[in-house]
Amino acid sequence: MRHIISVLLENESGALSRVSGLFSARSFNIESLSVAPSEDATTSRMTIVTSGDDHIIEQIVKQLDKLLDVIDVSEITSNEHIEREIAFVKIKESSIEKSLMEKISDNEFLKVHKTNNGEVIVECVDSPKNINIFIESIKNIAEKIVRSGAVGINSD
Amino acid sequence: MKQNIDNKQEKYTGAEIFVKCLEAEGIDLVFGYPGGAVLHIYDELHKQNDVSHILVRHEQGAVHAAEGYAKSSDKPGVVLVTSGPGATNAITGIADAYMDSVPIVVFTGQVRTALIGNDAFQEVDTVGITRPCVKHNFMITDVKDMASTIKKAFYVASSGRPGPVVVDIPKDITEDICEFDYPSKVSMRSYNPNIEINENAVDIAVDKILKSKKPVIYAGGGVINSNASSELTELARYLNFPVTNTLMGLGCYPGDDPQFLQMLGMHGSYEANMAMHDCDLLIAVGARFDDRITGRLDKFSPEATVIHIDVDPSSISKNIKAHIPIVGDVKGVIQKITNRVIHKKLKPQNIDKWWEQINDWRKKKSFKYSQGDDIIKPQFVIDRLYEVTKGDAFITSDVGQHQMWAAQLYKFNKPKRWINSGGLGTMGFGLPSAMGVQFANTDSLVCCVTGEASIQMCIQELSTCLQYGLPIKIINLNNRYMGMVRQWQEFFYEKRYAMSYMDALPDFVKLAESFGHIGVKVEKPSDVDDAIKDAIKLKDRLVFLDFITDQNENVFPMIATGAAHNKMILS
Repeated sequence: MRHIISVLLENESGALSRVSGLFSARSFNIESLSVAPSEDATTSRMTIVTSGDDHIIEQIVKQLDKLLDVIDVSEITSNEHIEREIAFVKIKESSIEKSLMEKISDNEFLKVHKTNNGEVIVECVDSPKNINIFIESIKNIAEKIVRSGAVGINSD
Repeated sequence: MKQNIDNKQEKYTGAEIFVKCLEAEGIDLVFGYPGGAVLHIYDELHKQNDVSHILVRHEQGAVHAAEGYAKSSDKPGVVLVTSGPGATNAITGIADAYMDSVPIVVFTGQVRTALIGNDAFQEVDTVGITRPCVKHNFMITDVKDMASTIKKAFYVASSGRPGPVVVDIPKDITEDICEFDYPSKVSMRSYNPNIEINENAVDIAVDKILKSKKPVIYAGGGVINSNASSELTELARYLNFPVTNTLMGLGCYPGDDPQFLQMLGMHGSYEANMAMHDCDLLIAVGARFDDRITGRLDKFSPEATVIHIDVDPSSISKNIKAHIPIVGDVKGVIQKITNRVIHKKLKPQNIDKWWEQINDWRKKKSFKYSQGDDIIKPQFVIDRLYEVTKGDAFITSDVGQHQMWAAQLYKFNKPKRWINSGGLGTMGFGLPSAMGVQFANTDSLVCCVTGEASIQMCIQELSTCLQYGLPIKIINLNNRYMGMVRQWQEFFYEKRYAMSYMDALPDFVKLAESFGHIGVKVEKPSDVDDAIKDAIKLKDRLVFLDFITDQNENVFPMIATGAAHNKMILS
């Protein structure tokens, strides 16, 4: 079962490796991990997408909470929440059929950037689920796919 | 180098501040080994008399000595080593302290800040290497942070669930100068070890305790760390509940008490493991359901309601689901239960039938052995050591068969008397940890129970023992085999003894003598008592007793890996 865990941690060197090291040392999965400064410059907020049964998720939360650099841990998927991810897909202009290009241009979640050497970069900001659907639909012609990993916030 | 600038506060070098911090923290003993990156600190240590430095012969020995010191006293152990190999040699000890929740602070030298990341001479990423096996670690990158970081290090190591803390100090930081102000308090927003105990959970636990017909108290090292032995003993005796101990918990409940079922687990007693399997209420106190305890998880205490009391929330429901989790300091939780039960004079159920069953299991005498006239049985040596010392010695141990026999047969009546490597299982732990125990308990009898394989892993510390006149008694159970490895090969590998023999052994008597100690070889069962008594009489000398024991003896009972508690091999 997929879960998103939001971690507030001290903005200190080594804090990120304490968290990522914990996941590898205890064989927990990481589907994606993103980290950036929070509303307080001395802390960072990390969003980890992971999977596991309830017992594993409980252990992940407890083990994260035990790290001294971690100030707060919350599992956000069990309550109302919003999640978003950004993806860039680079495609050769020549491999895009006209009908597909029109479809992309009409989609409010997609934005098209053109490069100087005959490629387009499609930018997609959406829920990870919709990004998966989009990527599935164009992966045969994609030259390169770059994804940010999800960020999430509780909305209740 | 003190400087007075504009009559303001005096300034000190980082090295001076380091020593002042130890003094302020009440540290009077440091185990260590010098090297380039820590020479400023060693120079400062040399100039004063408040903090003594004990020179070991290998950094692993320093950490085990600090562990022994911490485990047998109320103080944290302190280690000082240099960068690079000094730090890497200390890793095994640090990992050992992490697994067994031992409060130690390890200071490692580091190359100058300008050189970090340059593959400099004796550089290693100490913070990176130690990260998975410390409670926390720090690198000091500004001399102004020296005092506050050291304060935090001791606080973190000693509070909550204790553990090792590493502080990495680049050489230039020990030269830089600033004012010295040792903080009186620590505040860390991300660390709060003082957990409020859930009263409701205590109420539910008390209700279960008073209704149980087949209870067992399963108590571990957390009881010792929390100094809760007398509280636990009082409660257990009032309730008339049977008590079993983990390997780390031995001594937290009196070993010769009639309610004591001995150690449980892979080499635990028949009655302890059967009681664990059949109980209706399991009260786990300061124990973590390690795999050597539980055996097969889906057959573990199948009928029991589990109350789990522990200071570390991540230990609860990690391996075995706790029906009634109580997070908090063990002593505080037991006091709350005591207030609700003993002070209100509430009575538990009559459990005579349960005791009848337990006494029936006890008839198996699962730790029994038979001592003939010719060859010394290893168990006999432990038995005699217990009788001669009246159960009052500090016993350290290495890892293997001798460790299990010591745990089974030496009845520890007091906490902090049994010092061994439980979690990591570190061969080489016994001798250096005995040094730390002896430093913390200068007038007490300290014995190191070991084997001819384990003792060789940190044998160099015999030299440290001579330098500081440590009168440790080494009880070497010499069976010319890595006994536990041989035992597993006998049972599970059709007696293919791959590399488990000890060929080309030294003459331990001569070896002890070459280090300036007394060595005695003991080969006859009839000589065992006198050898131990004579060694103890030599109050100011280290005596190495080399007992030549039966090569084929195995540790029983045994629960094979992955088997249930009621599937013990008894002989």
